[in-house]
Amino acid sequence: MNQPGTERATATLSILAAWAVAALFLILPLALVFQQAFALGWSGVANALTDPDAESAIALTLITAAISVPVNLVGGLAAAWCIAKFDFPGKTLLVSIIELPFSISPVVSGLVWVLLFGSQGWFAGELAAAHIQIIFALPGIVLATIFVTFPFVARTILPLMQEQGRDHEEAATMLGAGFFSTLWHVVLPDIKWALLAGVLLTNARAMGEFGAVSVVSGHVSGLTETIPLQIESLYDDYQSTAAFALSALLACLGLITLVAKAVLEWHITRTRRIAA
Amino acid sequence: MSSLRSRISSARPRTRALPGFCGSLTVTLLWVGLLVVIPLTALVICAAKLGPIGLWQSLDQERVLNALGLSFGAAAIASLINLPLGLLLAFVLVRRRFPGRLALDALMDLPFALPTAVAGITLVTLFSSNGWIGAPLARLGLSLAYNRAGIVIALIFIGLPFMVRTVQPVLIDQPLDVEEAASTLGATSWQTLRRVLLPAIAPSLVAGFALAFARALGEYGSVIFIAGNLPNKTEIAPLLIVTRLLEFNDSGAAAIGFAMLVGALAVLLLLGLLSRKLRPAGFR
Repeated sequence: MNQPGTERATATLSILAAWAVAALFLILPLALVFQQAFALGWSGVANALTDPDAESAIALTLITAAISVPVNLVGGLAAAWCIAKFDFPGKTLLVSIIELPFSISPVVSGLVWVLLFGSQGWFAGELAAAHIQIIFALPGIVLATIFVTFPFVARTILPLMQEQGRDHEEAATMLGAGFFSTLWHVVLPDIKWALLAGVLLTNARAMGEFGAVSVVSGHVSGLTETIPLQIESLYDDYQSTAAFALSALLACLGLITLVAKAVLEWHITRTRRIAA
Repeated sequence: MSSLRSRISSARPRTRALPGFCGSLTVTLLWVGLLVVIPLTALVICAAKLGPIGLWQSLDQERVLNALGLSFGAAAIASLINLPLGLLLAFVLVRRRFPGRLALDALMDLPFALPTAVAGITLVTLFSSNGWIGAPLARLGLSLAYNRAGIVIALIFIGLPFMVRTVQPVLIDQPLDVEEAASTLGATSWQTLRRVLLPAIAPSLVAGFALAFARALGEYGSVIFIAGNLPNKTEIAPLLIVTRLLEFNDSGAAAIGFAMLVGALAVLLLLGLLSRKLRPAGFR
């Protein structure tokens, strides 16, 4: 027979073990980022963040996210609309291709663009003749970022749109609504929280991507380095405090995304429960 | 032919009921085609251009085979370690009530949200011989940085949320009464776990392992800082791709990238089949 005492002991033990794993792999690393960033106090952080190279890295990161997030937002919305609301051959294949970038190494995600647009790439001749630089410049960084963040929006909203069926949209159409007014007045209110969660995830990954961008960037400080690449340069240059100050900036972005995602998920389950 | 025609004609009224099909499909195909299909085709064609012999010659080098072996091996070991860790965390988050549970739950996604370069420099600072964890370990004569153990540490960190987040929803849906029945019939908690709970959630454990493995296999940012990066010893395959590109050996890089892609898809396919097989009858 079970002893209630040993039951309670194993329960407490399992909770303690879970906290121990979390402390080792999650809490200590997070604490370390901020401890290292503030090793020289606030002025150290301020100096690191106002350094011209850091400012240029922050600007490049913002520009990259500002281009790649809308591309994947529009593409993800269009894909979710035609996959969730219509039947056509090859749908399963399309979904698999959209999810493919998740199982591809970030380095390979950068490599594919080098193979297309690099100095030995397919379009090397045409690009050189037109004096267009894609690899080691902003376009390459944006393309690599789009590739690694490709599935996030589509994947967050697709299950929700499939679940909702097409009754509301069909009713709106019968009442004379066009495509965009159906989208704006009927579809978006239903999926807005999931859509926002997808955009936040895309943005966090876009701003934090390292491997793919590293392959196509060329690593010119102050010119083609995003924040994660600047962190690597600083760390390799033994400027650990500055590297951790920029890391703390990205960690804050990550934490905000985590909290926002948790709140949004709570919203989504609540709306679902009300709808059901 | 006739069945196809009847399928089309039966599908048409439903398809036509909503506007925007052609437009959204065009945007989708452009988005997928230009940004995923064409670049991946470039990789496949680049590898195919080498021919089977050329491809083999680019891969059959000591350094390449060691890097691929290390990447696949370390990803497998880290994901195996993540199996019990992920199960423990998911179980505690779903079945136990304790103060700070919601905070612990939210923390699980940290490795998703923390950029890999940040994770990399943080883990190496933590585990190197003068770090918070590395210093006490160094006194015991253990080192978990700049060696293969360090690579596994980084991959455990990266893969953990995939395991937890895959098992957690299945555990939530798992009815408690079966376990209560087992325990009423005299099963110890260990027996209930092994005989009742584990078989029921085995498919999700395999699925979580597959996701963690796929992520760990290609991981670059969090690994290169803690790895040491010595050729043949601690050089992972993604790093070797970067090295090949710096040597202007694009086709050598494509060959390794192609091998990783094929290997990852093969492992994912096998684990997907295994996960299906483990599913209880009636749910297949």
